[in-house]
Amino acid sequence: MEEQQDQLNVQQDQEVVPKLTVPDSAPRDKFTGNAIFDVKNTSIYYGSFRAVTDVSLTVYENEITAFIGPSGCGKTTVLRSLNRMNDLIVGARVEGDIHYRGVPLYGKDVSPIAVRRRIGMVFQKANPFPKSIYDNVAYGPRINGIRGRGKLDEIVERSLKQAALWDEVKDRLNKSGLGLSGGQAQRLCIARTLAVEPDVVLMDEPCSALDPIATGRIEDLMHEIKSKYTIVIVTHNMQQATRVSDRTAFYSVLRDEHSDTRTGVLVEYGQTAQIFEDPQDSRTQAYVTGRMG
Amino acid sequence: MTAASDSLAGPVDLREPSGWRRSKNQIMTVLMWLAFVIILIPLAFVLVELVAKGASAISWQFLTNNTIPPNVVPLGTGGMGAAVVGTLEITGFAAVLAIPLGVLGAVYLNEYGGNGVLARLISFMSSVMTGVPSIVMGLFIYIVWVTELGEGYSGMAGSFALACLMLPIVIRSSYEMLRLVPDSLRQGSYALGASKARVTMTVVLPTALSGIVSGALLAVARAAGETAPLIFTILIVEQTNPNLFSGPDTALPLQIFSNAQSPYVGAEARAWGAALTLVAIVFILMIVARIVTALFTRNSR
Amino acid sequence: MSTVTKADPATPAGSANPLSRRRPLGDRGFQILALAAGLLVLVILVLITVTTAQQSATWFSTAGFKGIFSVQFDGQTHFGAMGVLYGTVISSVIGIIVGVPVSVGIALLLTQVVPARWGRPIVYVIDLLAVVPSVVWGLWGIIVLVPWLQKIYLDIASGVKGIPVLDALFGGANAGGASFFTAGLILAIMITPIITSLSREVIATVPVIDKEGAYALGATRWEMIRGAVWPHSQGGVVGAILVGFGRAMGETIAVALVIGDSVEVTSHLFYSGQSIASIIALEFGEANGGEFRSGLIGLGLFLFVLTILVNLVARWFVERSARRTRGA
Repeated sequence: MEEQQDQLNVQQDQEVVPKLTVPDSAPRDKFTGNAIFDVKNTSIYYGSFRAVTDVSLTVYENEITAFIGPSGCGKTTVLRSLNRMNDLIVGARVEGDIHYRGVPLYGKDVSPIAVRRRIGMVFQKANPFPKSIYDNVAYGPRINGIRGRGKLDEIVERSLKQAALWDEVKDRLNKSGLGLSGGQAQRLCIARTLAVEPDVVLMDEPCSALDPIATGRIEDLMHEIKSKYTIVIVTHNMQQATRVSDRTAFYSVLRDEHSDTRTGVLVEYGQTAQIFEDPQDSRTQAYVTGRMG
Repeated sequence: MTAASDSLAGPVDLREPSGWRRSKNQIMTVLMWLAFVIILIPLAFVLVELVAKGASAISWQFLTNNTIPPNVVPLGTGGMGAAVVGTLEITGFAAVLAIPLGVLGAVYLNEYGGNGVLARLISFMSSVMTGVPSIVMGLFIYIVWVTELGEGYSGMAGSFALACLMLPIVIRSSYEMLRLVPDSLRQGSYALGASKARVTMTVVLPTALSGIVSGALLAVARAAGETAPLIFTILIVEQTNPNLFSGPDTALPLQIFSNAQSPYVGAEARAWGAALTLVAIVFILMIVARIVTALFTRNSR
Repeated sequence: MSTVTKADPATPAGSANPLSRRRPLGDRGFQILALAAGLLVLVILVLITVTTAQQSATWFSTAGFKGIFSVQFDGQTHFGAMGVLYGTVISSVIGIIVGVPVSVGIALLLTQVVPARWGRPIVYVIDLLAVVPSVVWGLWGIIVLVPWLQKIYLDIASGVKGIPVLDALFGGANAGGASFFTAGLILAIMITPIITSLSREVIATVPVIDKEGAYALGATRWEMIRGAVWPHSQGGVVGAILVGFGRAMGETIAVALVIGDSVEVTSHLFYSGQSIASIIALEFGEANGGEFRSGLIGLGLFLFVLTILVNLVARWFVERSARRTRGA
């Protein structure tokens, strides 16, 4: 991308701290699509430790929303609360409201299993099952009751194509998923997630263990599937946030001097262009210009 | 929007997944709990029976009287004192033999052996050796010590057999404990100019001590309960043999075994009494092992 | 594991004192002692093999190949190993069939269902189970279990009379409490702790991230176990089961008390039988002839080799599974 080349040149030529520019194609108006997630005044606890305090934001349909911020600011905690993965941790507790398409996510009758069927997750380190590539992708559909070989073949092919992995593995679908390279394994995990046709795909630093080329492929993938899914991505890489996301949420750590506790807070949330080019909060500005975190 | 997928069309429905998936999950969880309940049943039965039948047989006389009456005699005369002393002495001596050797063997594996072929072979064969039937150990000592060397039956022979049994167990458990000692501790000691032996004796072993002791106690508990190795090595007697090193001896497991096979009422009662005594000894060893682990883990934090 | 390639820190280089160039005697001595202790394991195993083989020579020569492969063993005229081998294998197989579902079930319960804190009482129960001496199980078996089962066996035996397969297994006129099946039940109880604890170790090494991957796809816990946990653990659990099988084959006293006392090969599981270990334990005292004794020792050698082989395969499975998860 040309802007990025200019960026790099700027970095090399000058000592000036570079400003990240956002692609022109990113939405810059006050966009109001469907609200997928409505998070209101939510705090998340692990036992007595308050990991995140008073977060409020809205995630919109068919957008890519990025969570950025320094380590320990709670962005992964918030992400995992969106598909109730925190339920797996003993002592985890969510206070506040999180609504998914108008339905309270932590309501009494809500089944976490049904939640995760709709809201999938890709992890930081690719975690293919010790099964064949085919069985990896077919796992989700199978547990949802799809048995017919023909139907499964179709789903596996479609998902692997969506994940831009089909061409590379179509001749070795019955080889173990553990034998793939890092980037391929991650795309396999994405294919696996897409196979159940979720509504939302959550991504927890999906590229942090990958080289730039593999990263680029996954970012392209994200753009391609955006029209069918809503994506929320946690990333340490600010350039990535500018490359892929429509909206960005910046989190930071709040330290309480009296009790010497730390907790994560949402500092600023808005369209990516605005966050990076015209941050309102000084902490945001410090982070995106590289002076902090 | 997302591709045609029935469960996602229409208003959002986040209730439980379809009935059969939930039922299957629940059934499986119930089965797992059932497995635990199933194993509780025989344990409960044995313990209840042991206490009910054994307690009535136990008395101070039972535990200390040195004359073991013949099977025919009903409960009341004599006692198991000989067997109690035998068990304590024989198992004790076996521990004296097996524990230092086992710990040294583990020291070799972890501190000196490295990844060499010999160390890996010894480590692997120690695991394999824990699966050798105890009766084979008894036969072995019978052949070598009792017959070939002509030493005859003695408590010591029994100790040898039990020590062979304990050795691989102590090696494996000590080895696991030594592995847990962080290398930084060793480095610190080396940096002060200590030799490897000194490092091991003064830093590594003390750090791993509680785990090693606990593992050793469990090995002793196991040995105390063994019968088969004693059959061919200590024979059986009716009076306490004060001399561990010569002459046949007796021990609680042997007495239980022989009394269990006898149809007389007195024998059965004595068997239960001896069994309760043996189980009590073994339980005490196990509890002490737990206490040692708990105490020292807390201290080292 | 401590590295061998690193320079030995015990020998400081460039020291002024010439004495420090050589390793101190005590240090060397300690190493030799440790090595000797380690070698003791191999020495004992070899000695066992050699001495028992020597002592069984009479058995081999008296019975000959054909004799050893016959069924009956009475130490006088019959020296066959097959009958007792059958008893060993059948009772152990029953022990496995009954014990494995229970053991693996508890292992899964402890690692997947119950949070760590609440698991401790369950672990204590398993430890209690493990620490009860084999002779006590035998005592309870013969005094309590055998009479109680006797009635049940007789009822079953008359119930299945005439039905093809069931009658062969569970029928027969001589069905009694002291039998292969009872021995198998007691063995199941006794091998459960070791299979459970080894399986637990194996299952606990499954990476959390794999489990999360399955959950993130909307799996129920059981689906997660089947999809993410089991493929990782199956090799190791097979190894654990084999270790249990080896343990069952070698179990002497409890089996001796409840298996009955007749050497025979029969499909009737409720008939009394004899295992290799139990016959050695029960007959050794009475064995008066050199041939009898040699025969029993020979059987002991047979059992030794058998259990070594089973344990070799078992440990190989367990180690391989551990290596795989560590490497993955």
